[in-house]
Amino acid sequence: MLNGDEIDFLCNDYQTLLSALRDELGMIGTKEGCGTGDCGACSVILDGQLVCSCLVFAPEVDGRRVETIEGLAEVDHLHPLQDSFLEGAAFQCGVCTPGFLMAAKALLDRNPSPTETEVRYGVAGNLCRCTGYDKIVRSILDAAARMNEPENRKEAP
Amino acid sequence: MTTTRTGYKWVGTRPVRHDGLDKVTGRARFGADYATAGMLHGAVLRSPHPHARILSIDLTEAAAMPGVKAIITGADLPDLSDEFAAGSEGGINFRDLSRNILARDKVLYEGHPVAAVAAVTLRAAQQAAEVIEVEYEILPAVLSLEHAMEDDAPVLHDDLFTLGLDSEPDRPSNISRRRVIARGDLDAGWVEADVVVEREYTTKAVHQGYIEPHAVVAETGEDGRSTLWCSSQGHFAMRTYTTKVLGWEPGDMKVIPAEIGGGFGGKTTIYLEPLAALLSRRAGRAVKMVMTRSEVFRATGPTSGSVMRIKMGARRDGKLVAATAWMAYEAGAFPGSPIGPGVMTVLACYDIPNVLIEGYDVVLNKPKVAAYRAPGAPMAAFAAESVVDELAEKLDMDPIELRLRNAVTEGVRAVYGPKFRKIGFVETLEEARDHPHYAAPLGPWQGRGVASGFWFNFGGETTATVSINEDGTAVVMSGCPDIGGTRAALAQMAAEELGIDVHRIEPVVADTHSIGYNDMTGGSRVAFAVGIAVVDASRRLIKDMCARAALIWDVPAEEVEWVDGRAQSVTDAAAPLTLEELASGSANTGGPLSATVTVNPRGAGAGFSTQICDVEVDPDTGLVTVLRYTVVQDAGRAIHPDYVEGQMQGGAVQGIGWALNEEYIFDRNGVMENPGFLDYRMPVASDLPMIDTVIVEVPNPDHPYGVRGVGETGIIPPMAAVANAVYAATGKRMQDLPMSPVRVLEALSGD
Amino acid sequence: MARVFFSTSLQQLTGGLEECEIEASTVRELFAQLEDRFPGIREQLASAAVAIDGDVVPGALLERLEPGSEVHFLPAISGG
Repeated sequence: MLNGDEIDFLCNDYQTLLSALRDELGMIGTKEGCGTGDCGACSVILDGQLVCSCLVFAPEVDGRRVETIEGLAEVDHLHPLQDSFLEGAAFQCGVCTPGFLMAAKALLDRNPSPTETEVRYGVAGNLCRCTGYDKIVRSILDAAARMNEPENRKEAP
Repeated sequence: MTTTRTGYKWVGTRPVRHDGLDKVTGRARFGADYATAGMLHGAVLRSPHPHARILSIDLTEAAAMPGVKAIITGADLPDLSDEFAAGSEGGINFRDLSRNILARDKVLYEGHPVAAVAAVTLRAAQQAAEVIEVEYEILPAVLSLEHAMEDDAPVLHDDLFTLGLDSEPDRPSNISRRRVIARGDLDAGWVEADVVVEREYTTKAVHQGYIEPHAVVAETGEDGRSTLWCSSQGHFAMRTYTTKVLGWEPGDMKVIPAEIGGGFGGKTTIYLEPLAALLSRRAGRAVKMVMTRSEVFRATGPTSGSVMRIKMGARRDGKLVAATAWMAYEAGAFPGSPIGPGVMTVLACYDIPNVLIEGYDVVLNKPKVAAYRAPGAPMAAFAAESVVDELAEKLDMDPIELRLRNAVTEGVRAVYGPKFRKIGFVETLEEARDHPHYAAPLGPWQGRGVASGFWFNFGGETTATVSINEDGTAVVMSGCPDIGGTRAALAQMAAEELGIDVHRIEPVVADTHSIGYNDMTGGSRVAFAVGIAVVDASRRLIKDMCARAALIWDVPAEEVEWVDGRAQSVTDAAAPLTLEELASGSANTGGPLSATVTVNPRGAGAGFSTQICDVEVDPDTGLVTVLRYTVVQDAGRAIHPDYVEGQMQGGAVQGIGWALNEEYIFDRNGVMENPGFLDYRMPVASDLPMIDTVIVEVPNPDHPYGVRGVGETGIIPPMAAVANAVYAATGKRMQDLPMSPVRVLEALSGD
Repeated sequence: MARVFFSTSLQQLTGGLEECEIEASTVRELFAQLEDRFPGIREQLASAAVAIDGDVVPGALLERLEPGSEVHFLPAISGG
């Protein structure tokens, strides 16, 4: 299941999930920054767990649920994290942004009201070289606050 | 905190950036996101040795591998004579650039490209590269500045003779150039000094650390014309450099800029581009090449490691009266460290009458350095600002007060020659002194440090076009890749001029065939130089539109003025004509509404920053934690304050990484031991506090809105600010970067 | 008369002269006169950035010099 759709794809046994997403499925939103699980640019959510897709073999995801940046927004509106990142100027070059958004989503999925420290540790697996993290952390806190407003509260997925 | 002047509708506001939606949805296309049907994949064979002679290269087995379509080596590139790229003396020499792209007779660092292969899959290309047989004669490697500068050190280039010596050298050496700045009477200066501090400092090579590795897709047709899709800080320069290295004509190459995933100076030069273009030409297919992170570390960037000896003397009243600086910068395998800006910036913050600065550009068996954010200035400031801090202590004077007593101001002659024009250094010092951070209490093992920095900033050749669509929306086109929000800033300036909503303007980064030449996005130049062109183009359009309105109303042109996005008659006889009306009716008034302006502006206002850092040192582990950090910087005018703050915060955090963690580590054989983000430790979110910012606005008189470049200055003060804070917390002066836990622990146990 | 300053490196060519006054109305003219006086200096100046009255002027060859203009030659810098 990829972003809610059941899909089939063919790949080589040595291909990573990252490579399958990008090279076989054309889903270029997930980025490769290092290929060794150190930068988080390739972060996706696998069965509710944040993973580096460069460290997962593509055949391993057979029958499992994968969420990528392409599935974060709804048809007619963005995810609150995306709104916050836009309004809070949480990126400069933007190449790490998909990974940060997925890491932040995984964090808020399990902890809807994180402290600043929890946010910082929640995205500590993601490198950003442009921002110094200040505006990213603020934007995640802001998104959490928006999502916790009574009219926005949703059932946990 | 921003002190934005009122009266502007868009300048100084914080609109959502135009390219933002694509970047939060994963739709933005970066370098590695391009693909064409049937394209090949390229791989590079790199030297395992830091210094060796290439005796032979045997391609037989590799060429016979299934799926291999083309292989190239250094023999396939034309040999070029010494020629420097415009505006980069001591930077890019095409002869060296070519030899860095593919080694010729010698490999000069571990990771130096020796051959490149294109094959139907990446795996096939990599496997073919692995079976290329290269016979090397291993030569002794030179891995430190000290060693490289010794008289009997192995020489990398037997045709390299030191420039700038008092007498002509009679034999080659690893020192490519000496630079000297001298003024006043040093002996008299030292006599006048009541307090003197002299110290030696070292810094290690550090990488720009952009998250996006270098990537390119090249497609070269049967007619020799080619298209490159690549991420860089300047696609026009990529075209110039690539065609120069290949011996091709620039007009035969079109470069389409991808979104760029960080550059910080490191993407101002070429690595893969000529390889992919030539492989594509040989194979008759498009070729895609993407570096691994290990390749990025081993063969691109970094900035210089350095050794610096600084001596400064001050009178009892705090007046700096004499200073000397001896500086040596690693250039890597080919000449061209940023020693020039190093010697020019090291003492540039202060008005010191008697000075001698001596700088050396030194080659050694490490990757050729590339520009990195204010190239050459941060390490120099680490040394000089540490000495200033120590002088303040000896004088029993507040360190900001000492700086204020010596700060350069408008009209003061900079140490490198010219007089400063309007600058805001004093203002940054005063803001820092008066900031609550500066007076906040500290606990045990905590300390506070301050440091300042100066950067020139740059203008550069620029083309911009502003066009009005038939619905009254506008397109603002430039040719400078947008690394950090410049599209938004350019649109804001156009919106301010045209009097329309910023989101009715679409800012575009156009390819090399769609707009006139633009210098790179570098030198903190885009909001300044492209801003000037965009404002000028907007003003020309407005003049044109007023003339057209006059034509429609049959009144003299001077009776029409532009108010809130409309042409209005001053005599009020006619209803205003909107942008939309003027654009949709343009066929009757002289054709489409569009204006192109080219400039090569002077007056890029100098940038200054003063930063305050609080740290806590763990005496058991040596770990330094930054507790609080404030960046004060003169932006001239912040067009989009969010992205000005972002530049200040990002620069400061890169500097914090340089101060505390980051370094190239080589084993005794000259092989980089930490070519990955696990062991090359850049700051992560959990390492840091919020980074407070104070934007000082001392407008630059040479920009219509007062803009100064802001991209680079922020990285200059942090290393000294952190070191001074560590001293305040521990009583130990850290003179060698990085201040990693091991080094701090060593210093603490030195009692 | 423009006031021309020589960096320490250029002083090797000027015989230690730190500054001088030159009658020139453009930078091109200034270069020619300097070359006459200090043979070989034009080659050094070709790669330098020219600062006029404190301001680095790109592509300065045809730039006009005002009486009393201060001219400096600096290493070219473009930044990162």
